[in-house]
Amino acid sequence: MPKFKQTTEILKLMNRKENIRNIGIIAHIDHGKTTMTDSLLAESGLLSPRIAGEARALDYLEEEQKRGITIKTANISLLHEVDGRAYVINLIDTPGHVDFTGKVTRALRALDGAVVVVDAVEEIMVQTETVTRQALEERVQPVLFINKVDRLIKELKLNQNEIQNKLIRIINDFNNLIELYGEPEFKNKWKVDPNKETVAFGSALHRWGFTLKIANEKGVKFSDVIEAYNRREQQKLADIIPLHNAILDMVVKNVPNPVEAQAYRLPKIWKGDLNTEIGKAMLNCDDDGPTVMCITMAQIDPHAGLVTTGRLFSGSVKEGDHIYLVSARKDHQIQQVSIYMGAFREAASQVTAGNIAALLGIETARAGETLVDFAHKDFMVPFERIKYVSEPVVTVALEPRHPKDLPRLVYALNMLCIEDPNLKATVNKETGEYLLSGMGELHLEIAVKFLKNYADGLEITASKPIVVYRESVDKKGKIFMAKSPNKHNAFWVQVEPLDEKVINLMEKGEIAEETERKQMEKILLEKAGYSVEEAENVLAIDEHKNMLINSAKSTQYLYESMESIINGFRWACRAGPLCEEPMRGVKVKLTDVKLHENPTYRGSAQIMPTVRRAVFGSFLTAKPSLLEPVYKINVSVPTRFVGECSNIITKKRGKILTSEHKGVLTLITGYIPVAETFSLTAEMRSATSGHAFWQCTFHKWERIPENLAAEIVRQIRERKGLSLDNLTFGSFVNEA
Amino acid sequence: MNELVFVGLGLHDEKGISLKGLEETKTANEVFIELYTSLMLDFSVEKLEKLVEKKIRVVSRRELEEENGEAVLESAEKGKTVLLVPGDPLVATTHVALRLEAKKRGIKTRIVHGASIMSAAVGLSGLHNYKFGKSVTLPFQENFSETPYTVIAKNKEIGLHTLCLLDIDADKKRYMSIQEALTMLLKIEEKRRMGIISGETLAVGIARAGSLNPTVKADFVNKLLGYDFGEPPYSLIFPGELHFIEAEALIAFADAPPIVRRLVK
Repeated sequence: MPKFKQTTEILKLMNRKENIRNIGIIAHIDHGKTTMTDSLLAESGLLSPRIAGEARALDYLEEEQKRGITIKTANISLLHEVDGRAYVINLIDTPGHVDFTGKVTRALRALDGAVVVVDAVEEIMVQTETVTRQALEERVQPVLFINKVDRLIKELKLNQNEIQNKLIRIINDFNNLIELYGEPEFKNKWKVDPNKETVAFGSALHRWGFTLKIANEKGVKFSDVIEAYNRREQQKLADIIPLHNAILDMVVKNVPNPVEAQAYRLPKIWKGDLNTEIGKAMLNCDDDGPTVMCITMAQIDPHAGLVTTGRLFSGSVKEGDHIYLVSARKDHQIQQVSIYMGAFREAASQVTAGNIAALLGIETARAGETLVDFAHKDFMVPFERIKYVSEPVVTVALEPRHPKDLPRLVYALNMLCIEDPNLKATVNKETGEYLLSGMGELHLEIAVKFLKNYADGLEITASKPIVVYRESVDKKGKIFMAKSPNKHNAFWVQVEPLDEKVINLMEKGEIAEETERKQMEKILLEKAGYSVEEAENVLAIDEHKNMLINSAKSTQYLYESMESIINGFRWACRAGPLCEEPMRGVKVKLTDVKLHENPTYRGSAQIMPTVRRAVFGSFLTAKPSLLEPVYKINVSVPTRFVGECSNIITKKRGKILTSEHKGVLTLITGYIPVAETFSLTAEMRSATSGHAFWQCTFHKWERIPENLAAEIVRQIRERKGLSLDNLTFGSFVNEA
Repeated sequence: MNELVFVGLGLHDEKGISLKGLEETKTANEVFIELYTSLMLDFSVEKLEKLVEKKIRVVSRRELEEENGEAVLESAEKGKTVLLVPGDPLVATTHVALRLEAKKRGIKTRIVHGASIMSAAVGLSGLHNYKFGKSVTLPFQENFSETPYTVIAKNKEIGLHTLCLLDIDADKKRYMSIQEALTMLLKIEEKRRMGIISGETLAVGIARAGSLNPTVKADFVNKLLGYDFGEPPYSLIFPGELHFIEAEALIAFADAPPIVRRLVK
């Protein structure tokens, strides 16, 4: 029995595609997204209206409530009526903090429309721009909600004219974003206009809102709103012009239903052949087609196990279905199908195309996977790899308080990384350190707290955050030879910098280890200007943007030893010779090999370490350099503190890029090395009496000046317990 | 006298060492032994120490390979040093890299030979030594290779026999059985389909060469797959063209079915 009356109704409606809307709410942090979501939730009957706006039901994790920001993506299905017809609105809540942007991107794939929430006081902010751009890239149509209009009245005490001017400016700025990032065929259609019911105004906190149409129908004028606040009667606004009506009306009337949406979104988000059976079924959002689901989230439920959530693009899912995961190449049986209601899942007998479903029993599923009917496993092209905007650049070392808890720590780390692919756990076998890498200090701080959800009473000590570096080279190195331990095999290797163009192709995911080699050859020839000889001989691409190319003339036994050679290359890439940080942007050419004819003399134990040593030797002659991660920083601060803020940034080896007045605030943008940001909070707070708000996003890897690099290398080596003797290539290679 | 003497231990137990080798060892300043390249079933360092009346130091693969035998070479620079090696020191196991390094450092080297599996297996089988082609080792699954198949094929093409040594891991006391070796080759045949090995191919399995009770059995692969060879180590021979004396020897000493006479060309 469903817990809520609406569940049965929602399930029934889910089969009528024209009555479905899949939306998300995206916003800059603190612009009121979660508060707004809760107002909507109140209407779904899941939360008492009185506490909506305070309780923030979607922030169901204790950690989120304590911090007041949303971390995990939660999902809910709502019911709404327009002109006497009922609609199901599948709502995916997306996190607003920049550290978690990867999750926003992932959630967007499942949506057809997005409500962009903008704070009327702060106007369009960096993150508004980022998430709107991401939405447009996934062909998700935006509508605009201008929130916190109450603050314009109560705090800024603007008059009606001033308020209107400010609102018009926000709408224009927003349309400029659409102009800038929208695709030609959509941007004019998608620009927002209050007269077309694509913009709503209101206050999520006080739960009122209106579109121009609603205001006309109810005879409410802007002056009435101001008047209501002056009389402290804003409660009445929520009765006359409730927020959910404005938002959900706007969504139902403007956001396309899944049938319409899939017809034009599919060519953008799926690279397979649209004329195949699967392609056609997805274009038509066909319930009877092969089951295809794009998984947007995989989360561990302590009671139910792994919960896999995603958007069904065709077919249906029900208990017992035999399905296949395209990337993992695993098949599973669906144990249970359910839909979301706030923090709860409600079991459903079947969910059909165009909807968001949650599945149990798909143990190897991860966010970004493509799930398909087992019968069609050989015909499915996966959804393109979901691109992540950020890289994990900060690490903490973890240690259980009690050594006996080590297995539990390892288990919890694994679970956590399944849920959040932007986290990475590694074990340093030599030092016995358990390392967790993420996108920023806060990201890790929260992750460490979450660890305890998986292991009751687990006590962990976490080190101070450590910056992750990269090792790279600036010029072509010498050709070096290394002999295997038994001296019967030899490898000649030359290292050089990998062209920026190729690194870009890797970052965009255009070429990756999985790329079919003919395809890669073509891309390298056309887009990177590679010679045929190089383009057709790519042996491996390493996740940290390194490439192994074969240009060996003698190829006897090479094929049989290839796996070991590639593993040796990867080993070298994982921990470079300078200080065992990953290599980046290094092109490794295998210029010659001599392998012993007896296979037992060329096992992996002979080959792997030898290839690694040869790479290291050449690396050290190629003018090695150390790269550090640099954030882009955006600060919003009252104009009187601009000087202090700029000083702090420049003092920390940062650069100021722009400084722009927006009302009483100034927006500073600039760059700052990640290593310098750990004390930023304290310094900014004291310099601005807590008036500055800022956020950092990963910008790029930047070369550290040589004089500074040597000291950092020394510190890292010391921390890792590596020898502090001077490094020479001679220690890695052999004379011919 | 600073020099490095490679002394072969022969096969199976401590009694495989030659009198010459024993003498060299007794008169050495320092004695090293490596045991990672071979499995000698009845051998123990203690028994040999009693025989040579000396302490013997065991060197690991890491010391000899990754550290380039530094310990051995340093000792040889100071005085007469013996390195004891199973079998014949520069045959199945090639310590030639160490010998070259010694030469480079001005250390004189000598070799005292011992019996090797290479000649023992050949002798036990009754096949003619001069009719053997390239030999090959069949590696464990983790180092899987098709090379052995290619080697057998090439030898057969010109009528030669092939001696296959089967992989061992002396540290883990792990060894490849004749059944495993045959199965692996049959699998490669399935893929390569050159008709080199099938259930009807004649092969000779040898166990415990150099011991007092070696097992030698020639038969078709199908039969060998079910044959109990007893304790390790093992080797395997794939005969090429047979001379009539070879066929008679296989029947007499390797219990081959008389039908092998028909294979004589």
